[in-house]
Amino acid sequence: MIRSDVLKTLIPMISDQLVVSNIGLPSQELHLLDDQPTNFYMLGTMGLSSSIGLGLALAQRAKVIAIDGDGSVLTNFGTLPTIANNPADNFILLIIDNGSYGSTGDQPTYAGMKTSLAKVAEACGCDNVVECSAEDTAAAVQAALDGDKMTIIVSKCESGNIKVPVIDMDAPVIRHRFMAEVSRRNA
Amino acid sequence: MSINQKIVNDFIKNKIEFVTTVPCKQLAGVIDEIEASKVIYHIPSNKEDEGMGLCAGAYMGGKRSAIIMQNTAIGVTINTLVTLIQYYNIPLPMLISYRGEIGEPVACQVEMAVHTKALLNQLNIPTYHFHTQSDAAELDAILNHSFMAKKPVAILTDASFWQGA
Repeated sequence: MIRSDVLKTLIPMISDQLVVSNIGLPSQELHLLDDQPTNFYMLGTMGLSSSIGLGLALAQRAKVIAIDGDGSVLTNFGTLPTIANNPADNFILLIIDNGSYGSTGDQPTYAGMKTSLAKVAEACGCDNVVECSAEDTAAAVQAALDGDKMTIIVSKCESGNIKVPVIDMDAPVIRHRFMAEVSRRNA
Repeated sequence: MSINQKIVNDFIKNKIEFVTTVPCKQLAGVIDEIEASKVIYHIPSNKEDEGMGLCAGAYMGGKRSAIIMQNTAIGVTINTLVTLIQYYNIPLPMLISYRGEIGEPVACQVEMAVHTKALLNQLNIPTYHFHTQSDAAELDAILNHSFMAKKPVAILTDASFWQGA
């Protein structure tokens, strides 16, 4: 299974959840599969999906799923200690780890070589780290949603992309409709 | 009231409830004051672009946020300022220690100081320079301006400003 296959299996459980989605293909794929006002699409700024997700989770009550990539976590490694030391039990970080920089042409990342993101997350102090196969990711996300503990999921999947159009929605529109949903859920 | 208390009081007056910091010697007192505040959630970040991500998330979650950092961070955060904070119209007050100005003991700090205002100007970020303690009288209005305009603003605080603390 490649990332878009994993995302497809997640739609039934994340469609009505607040989702912060990583720059590039992950956002474009989510937008194509299931555009929702509860989705915050990052159009730029590689690496910050987990940071935006944590800030959002700490600031309000609704559950937040940040979909990140292995390459993006590698570029913002400082995020893992911050997450570990500021636990938000409404926060789920889903790292789709396909061992490659998918949006830029599938160049290999170190996470696909010797570096284990799950072990790094644990070493950073994250308490609830789950590494799973692509096939088991939906069950892991559902279990995290059912629980009330901050969870880091590392989903090991294959490298590869589908053809998807770019998102032509304006950034302030994405933010505005997302914030309206956030405030509705916290009313 | 100390200048650090005045700054934090102005943050609170402007309903800022979420502050991220990357430390600088000049900012130590104000960071202590943020940490001590019961109204503000203080979340230290490891790098300033990470901090801006946290602030963007908190803002979308309904909490006004701000970042406290050194001017060297302008070099670190240009992409984040442009493609996240400005692109999505997110307000972000940045309280910045302006290292490398008159009174600076570390020569290397001057190298970034000479670029700081030029970079902020190039980014069209409203920039305010606090040189004496009385300049802080405008902080309340500057913070209000950032949230009204939904833009980042830079408040540069130099060594002369902090020596008066």
